[in-house]
Amino acid sequence: MDFLSYFISGISLGSIYAIIALGYTMVYGIAKMLNFAHGDVIMVGGYMSFMATTNFGWPPLLSVLFAMVVCTVLGILIEQLAYKPLRAAPSLAVLITAIGVSYFLQNAALLIWSANPKSFSSIVPFDSLRLFGGKLIISGTTIVTIIVCIVIISALNTIVNKTKVGKAMRAVSEDKDAAQLMGVSVNKTISITFAIGSALAAIAGVLLCSAYPILMPTTGAMPGIKAFTAAVFGGIGSIPGAFLGGILLGIIEILGKAYVSTQLSDAIVFAVLIIILLVKPTGLLGKKVLVKV
Amino acid sequence: MLNVTGIQVFYDNIHAIKDVSFHVDEGEIVTLIGANGAGKSTILKTISGLIRPAAGKIEFLGHSIVNLSPHKIVRKRLAHCPEGRRLFLQMNVRENLQMGAYSREDVDMEAELAAVYERFPILDERRNQRAGSLSGGEQQMLAMGRAMMAKPLLLMLDEPSMGLAPILVEQIFDLIVELNDAGTTILLVEQNAEMALSIADRGYVLETGSVVTTGNCADLLNDERLKKAYLGG
Ligand SMILES: Nc1ncnc2c1ncn2[C@@H]1O[C@H](COP(=O)(O)OP(=O)(O)OP(=O)(O)O)[C@@H](O)[C@H]1O
Ligand SMILES: [Mg+2]
Repeated sequence: MDFLSYFISGISLGSIYAIIALGYTMVYGIAKMLNFAHGDVIMVGGYMSFMATTNFGWPPLLSVLFAMVVCTVLGILIEQLAYKPLRAAPSLAVLITAIGVSYFLQNAALLIWSANPKSFSSIVPFDSLRLFGGKLIISGTTIVTIIVCIVIISALNTIVNKTKVGKAMRAVSEDKDAAQLMGVSVNKTISITFAIGSALAAIAGVLLCSAYPILMPTTGAMPGIKAFTAAVFGGIGSIPGAFLGGILLGIIEILGKAYVSTQLSDAIVFAVLIIILLVKPTGLLGKKVLVKV
Repeated sequence: MLNVTGIQVFYDNIHAIKDVSFHVDEGEIVTLIGANGAGKSTILKTISGLIRPAAGKIEFLGHSIVNLSPHKIVRKRLAHCPEGRRLFLQMNVRENLQMGAYSREDVDMEAELAAVYERFPILDERRNQRAGSLSGGEQQMLAMGRAMMAKPLLLMLDEPSMGLAPILVEQIFDLIVELNDAGTTILLVEQNAEMALSIADRGYVLETGSVVTTGNCADLLNDERLKKAYLGG
């Protein structure tokens, strides 16, 4: 029964990683850049929801919407101000800029909210689920997190495969010039991608803080790195890959903590990543492009 | 219809296009021929907006298009079918065709897909297959079909016969003539100079970034110097 309980916690934590990893992987697929500030957008989402509930007294759902709106605008602004001027620059310059944006967000948060941790109360109002005569307890937050992740992945799948915007995204991700020749605006497509990724980061931020209720300016940093790992693990640029990578990473982390060592759990996560990449350098679901003459 | 005047194009410090001027009139097939590296593809990319010229004018239907982004240029019904086809290999055949019509509004998608499938029945059979899994010839048909979906007034084709078996080359050239008869003006870039000159009205011969000869195709086909250089004697 313990195992089942750990396993479910793992899926729940993995769901959060997956939601964050989707943002990383979509931006990478379309803009071909690693947005290292993505993790800090999560933290901003957490603070927005915290402010909305604590300071303004708004209901939980409204606070999530508020966080999503603010993060969407923030994501678009980051792209327009920091990354767009570097569209033609070497990727190293873009990477360093992304790290700069990350520190900027953390320090701005430090200035606004100070380093004192805020204790976040879960936005999920449901009681825990008790199964097997109380031997297995699953918290409301855990259940909601898993459901939200499933809803998000299905919605994204529909957007990417069925809508015109989604086709434009896939076209840009595969061949930017050819996409432009079809009439796709690359700038607009990149903006939309940042908007979607940042809105997802806001949701992830709220879920993360609901599960691990300590909110600080550095709250997004580690989950950001883990989710980036998950994206690479699943095959960066692949949406199903980000989902799979996130879930697996969450499970490995929680089981590692439970059965091996609390201190070593992160090391185990990264060791598994290294092994997977040695065996399959493109990640679990990474694409191999077929070329024919 | 298309007027290109004195364009200069650089890749860093390589001067790829040196003061090139030419024009295409409505209803014509005009071909640009020249050896590898003469600058044919660069000219098409400059017209479709993928590359900015350092100097010169490009007018389409009387309006300058020289500083427009590629996605705005294609909305003016000027389509560019690039060298090497550049299909979306991860998408299926049907999605590639739909992408062809991306720049148009109010498209009756099913009717237009049906028209392409009628022209290329093999694409109908393979419509749910990934473009990357098609043979080279099928991929070229898909590229042509995708260009048809854009319903352009002027269609620029960059080496549509590249790497194809002779029978397929024939088929592609027939289609180009047919599209032209149906009202599409064509700017055709080819290494297969003889074929290109046989269907075109006029031609321009490029050498290292400059136009060296121009004229009616009949005259070009009889030009002694051209015969030696491009037409195999
Ligand atoms: N991206 C690039 N960067 C630098 N130089 C380039 C680039 N693309 C083309 N060139 C150079 O510009 C010149 C013209 O190239 P272009 O591709 O336009 O020739 P082409 O006539 O289309 O040749 P081909 O028949 O081989 O397709 C060549 O000297 C080529 O090496
Ligand atoms: Mg070329």
